Amino acid sequence: MRKHQINLTVNSQVYQLEVGTGQGRVNPSDTLSFTLRETLGLTGTKLSCDGGACGGCTVLMDGEAVLSCMLLTIECDGKIITTIEGLKDAKTGELDPLQQSFIDHTAFQCGYCTPGMIMSAKALLNENPAPTEAEVKKALSGNFCRCISHYQVVRAVMDATGKGR
Amino acid sequence: MADNYRYIGKVVPRSDGRDIVTGGTLFLNDLPFRNLLYGKVLRSPHPHAVIKSIDTKKAEQLKGVRAIITYENVPDWKFGNPPIVHLLDRKVRYVGAAVAIVAAETESICQQALRLIEVEYEVLPAVFDEYEAMQPGAPQLYDQLTGNLLPLMAVNLGPTSATEIVTGDVEAGFAEADAVAEGSFGYDNIPNPIPMEPPGAVVHWEEPNRVTVWVSHQKVWLNKRILTIIFGEEVKVRVIVGPCGGSFGSKTMSWQVQCYAAALSKATGQPVKLCYSKEEQLACFVLRPATRINGKVGMKKDGTVTAVAGSWILGTGYYSMTMQTQLAVGCGEAMIAIRSKNWNLKPAIVCTNRNSSGIVRGFGGQELKCALIPLLSLAMEKLNLDPFEVLKKNFIKPGDGYYWRDAQWYNYRGIDYSPAMDQGAKVFGWKDKWKGWLKPTAVKGTKSIGVGVGIHGNADVGEDVGEAYVRIDNDGRIVIIQGLAEHGTGQRNNTLKVAAEVLQVPIENVSITPGDSLITPVEWGPAGSRGTYGILGAVIAAAEDAKKKLFELAAPMLGANNPEELDTADSVIWLKSNPQKSVTWKEVLHLRSVLGHGRFDADYTLANCMMSFVEVQVDTETGKLDVLRVVNTTDAGQIIDPQGLEGQLNGCLGSAGIDSAVFEETILDPSSGRILNANLIDYKWRTTAELPEIENVVMETPMGTHRFKAIGVGEISTSPGPSAVLMAASNAIGQWLHEYPVTPERVLKALGKTTGENRGGAR
Repeated sequence: MRKHQINLTVNSQVYQLEVGTGQGRVNPSDTLSFTLRETLGLTGTKLSCDGGACGGCTVLMDGEAVLSCMLLTIECDGKIITTIEGLKDAKTGELDPLQQSFIDHTAFQCGYCTPGMIMSAKALLNENPAPTEAEVKKALSGNFCRCISHYQVVRAVMDATGKGR
Repeated sequence: MADNYRYIGKVVPRSDGRDIVTGGTLFLNDLPFRNLLYGKVLRSPHPHAVIKSIDTKKAEQLKGVRAIITYENVPDWKFGNPPIVHLLDRKVRYVGAAVAIVAAETESICQQALRLIEVEYEVLPAVFDEYEAMQPGAPQLYDQLTGNLLPLMAVNLGPTSATEIVTGDVEAGFAEADAVAEGSFGYDNIPNPIPMEPPGAVVHWEEPNRVTVWVSHQKVWLNKRILTIIFGEEVKVRVIVGPCGGSFGSKTMSWQVQCYAAALSKATGQPVKLCYSKEEQLACFVLRPATRINGKVGMKKDGTVTAVAGSWILGTGYYSMTMQTQLAVGCGEAMIAIRSKNWNLKPAIVCTNRNSSGIVRGFGGQELKCALIPLLSLAMEKLNLDPFEVLKKNFIKPGDGYYWRDAQWYNYRGIDYSPAMDQGAKVFGWKDKWKGWLKPTAVKGTKSIGVGVGIHGNADVGEDVGEAYVRIDNDGRIVIIQGLAEHGTGQRNNTLKVAAEVLQVPIENVSITPGDSLITPVEWGPAGSRGTYGILGAVIAAAEDAKKKLFELAAPMLGANNPEELDTADSVIWLKSNPQKSVTWKEVLHLRSVLGHGRFDADYTLANCMMSFVEVQVDTETGKLDVLRVVNTTDAGQIIDPQGLEGQLNGCLGSAGIDSAVFEETILDPSSGRILNANLIDYKWRTTAELPEIENVVMETPMGTHRFKAIGVGEISTSPGPSAVLMAASNAIGQWLHEYPVTPERVLKALGKTTGENRGGAR
């Protein structure tokens, strides 16, 4: 049977999106990044290459890092998505320790890669709460940063894991 | 020194940090607009052709298409130096040249419309090599240019600009040399700075002549100036620049993307957004200049350079916006790094049928240096001289001078950077690692280790002009009014630091206006490391002026004859001779505010300096090169922002810096003129998986700039590294490598393990 509705949970909010063309609907060719940014207005997820090479659009799907520009939204029915907007405490506004650590270390310059970096790091820490520096570097190796904030990013992630132990 | 300061030199979280880490930062493509249309560009598949016919009828009939513009109905807007580049032209001059622009209700309708436009071309012969382009009979890109040569004057620099370095007597210089070296050396792999956020703009043209531009850019006022020149003085241009997702100079050349959106908005009456795809950014936006010298140098046994002579060819692709200025700055920077009395360096700027080169961090000087240092190295080898000692000896010293970009002579009033270089050498361990020319530092099996050193310095640290206002409001809060975009250096945060330091208030009480040309005064914007001296200099002067005006109001209230008898901190003003006698800012500013003005005027008598040491490992079996370690050394006068500075210095690897010697290159197919690696998979970039060790040595010798004695160094961190990698790789394998980047095939060819003729796959 053809399904005409996509159920998505994004940052704890449930969305029922109709499949079709026009405002507020999910076109079968829409990528997850397009739906997040253009349909749901969650522009914290950044697009850069729009081709799966740069990691800028990384979000969590059921806790794991995925490239939202490489997934069709219609493939994501029933999935739980976390974007950069969903990391801080929704009630208190308190930042995730990773976010705070990025601020403390100035682990960004232009800041365009930061949402993707943080989401990749978050996926790593979900899986491995106490990674080695080599594991952090490997986990972030799909994230393009042209300012070269990598060193400060690795330090920020390691520092955040230390706090979590 | 730093300990006396409240904010200068201290780690202060970036005021935009919370937005950056929560996804709240609104970059250009994140801004909400009403009635927005989207724009896209149809691009030429040919490197050189004339459009015989163009049929847009089918595309016009597509539902949702709102405007299509071709060379036949485009506004007569042109730019470049000289201004011979039309926004859309009947002739196309590179693969990717704009042929038509479309506005539609969605991006996907734009894409469909582009496919429905029918274009018939008369294909012309094309030329991709600068030397071939200068030959008689070569294809000519423009009727206005002879031999594809551009005029050398940088018209934007004023009545004069440096177009060559000719001074002294080079023949006499060669005669007194103990060694002479010559040859052809290039830095012509045209790497791409690739800021992560692609170029883009939203433009709303309200008839008859009011235009509002939102753009990802590193400059506000200058961009407004450029657009006003293009649109005409009768057009009122307002430029709004928010956070910029990287630029490295390149987005200063965004006039075309803005003008496409402007033309489409003018045609539709609605705001139009036009953002380049990553492929367009790589194939149709700014590349590094391609440069090559055919040169000769003379050197004495003590490392004194006695003469530099030759030609310097700058390949600019299909047009130039700033190549003349890069030439002028490059010449000046060569004189800063090489204290020779005798010069005869003759540049030429050449157009070819490829995407244009333009502004990239290093701005002409990096390009020239990357070719000159390998030439100097040949002379050093002949005399068995240590390159660290030669580069140190030849870098500018107090008492020297140089012709700067305006062709005027400046007496250098800066410091001797030798102590910083010595400290860098010590941290790196240069004396132990340097084993002589073409000698590896160590060999372990197939892994051979070598070291190299490079240098760069720039007198644009005090370039151009800027102004700022500092307003103290009656609630004691402070607003900096300055046209400044945040493109990654943290400079907007640094303006808060210096204003808070001058006025001795909590930094939380200070904010800065958005970069909006309707509000903010003349300010050249970040370029050439001018932020620390120029941009902050204007803010410091404005804060001092505001403080003076505040004291003038407070003086009668405290019975003081003269504002200089007063001091202030934390919004309280007191009499220095009797601190008990005080008044609050609130009392002074009852129902009023004060506005201070500050101005920075250009000063070309100071230069910054960066020396980079690199240690590389080359696998002589596979040819792969790994950078193991980098030590950058500089003197910043006074560190303003330690973490921001570290980021800028670590930036030596990216944005077409050190890695332009390791794996970064733009590959142009010489048979089709197409760029073969215009995507982020085929264009190689460094990842966290392969980070060399980096150490940054930053000394703090007070500089003759402003009250905080600081000098900027961020821009130049990419510049000394590439030639250092070439030197290190040559030493590692014991053979000269003179081409960038040092790919495995070049290494294996130098080692005689392959002929190097298999490149390009099947033939």
